[in-house]
Amino acid sequence: MINMTGDGSRMTAEISGDIDHHAARELRRELDDMITRCQPEMLVIDMGKVGFMDSSGIGLILGRLRAVRAYGGDIVIKNASREIEAVIRISGLSGLIAEGEKNETGVT
Amino acid sequence: MKRELLNECRLSFAPLSVNEAFARSTAAAFAAQCDPTVKEISEIRTAVSEAVTNAIVHGYRGCTGLVELHMRQYSGGLLSISVKDRGTGIADIGQAMTPLFTTAPDEERSGLGFSVMESFMDRVTVKSAPGKGTTVTLEKRLSGRIPESSGQGD
Repeated sequence: MINMTGDGSRMTAEISGDIDHHAARELRRELDDMITRCQPEMLVIDMGKVGFMDSSGIGLILGRLRAVRAYGGDIVIKNASREIEAVIRISGLSGLIAEGEKNETGVT
Repeated sequence: MKRELLNECRLSFAPLSVNEAFARSTAAAFAAQCDPTVKEISEIRTAVSEAVTNAIVHGYRGCTGLVELHMRQYSGGLLSISVKDRGTGIADIGQAMTPLFTTAPDEERSGLGFSVMESFMDRVTVKSAPGKGTTVTLEKRLSGRIPESSGQGD
């Protein structure tokens, strides 16, 4: 489930629940609907209410990143837990995590 | 060191995506009996989710059967979880394990499943034959309550 807020040019998508292969399809649909409608310059993905994410979440973020960057927009990830950040780090997408939020621990 | 089997659990389920959460939660519950840290539990949950998703998305693409989860706890804090399907199988295991390689880019599979498994577990072994199916075995030595000076997080 996603709670979308914002003024159109800056949108926040607050995702709740687990992000896995099962959930990704519906999340993808909801995000793509909003992206097509608003073409936000900045899309903030708020992970504060996400309890679990595996590499399906990476596919989801990457797909949206391509769509948003295609028209010159960008994505920032906010409130990712340490566990979710560990998965994001493997994908090389750490650059999307909002500055000042990066958990520097656990790097090996 | 000879490892002694202390506990064991087998579970079979239909290859439906709704069972991904069920499988990883069950694996986490089994692992919880081995006194893991919060970080270890989270890593196991994620690695199992990746392996089970692979079995459902790739193993049973175009055919069906059961996904079999076999969880074993050994002495010395060693946990072993294998995820088996009797589906398609993998012709080139090395290629399948290469980061970013995927046979389903249109479904936005990132190709990072094995990278996540390898990063979160101590050992990942894959046995597969085309037409026979695939078994992925995930192994992790849990720190348990053995006193450690640092790096244990929680």
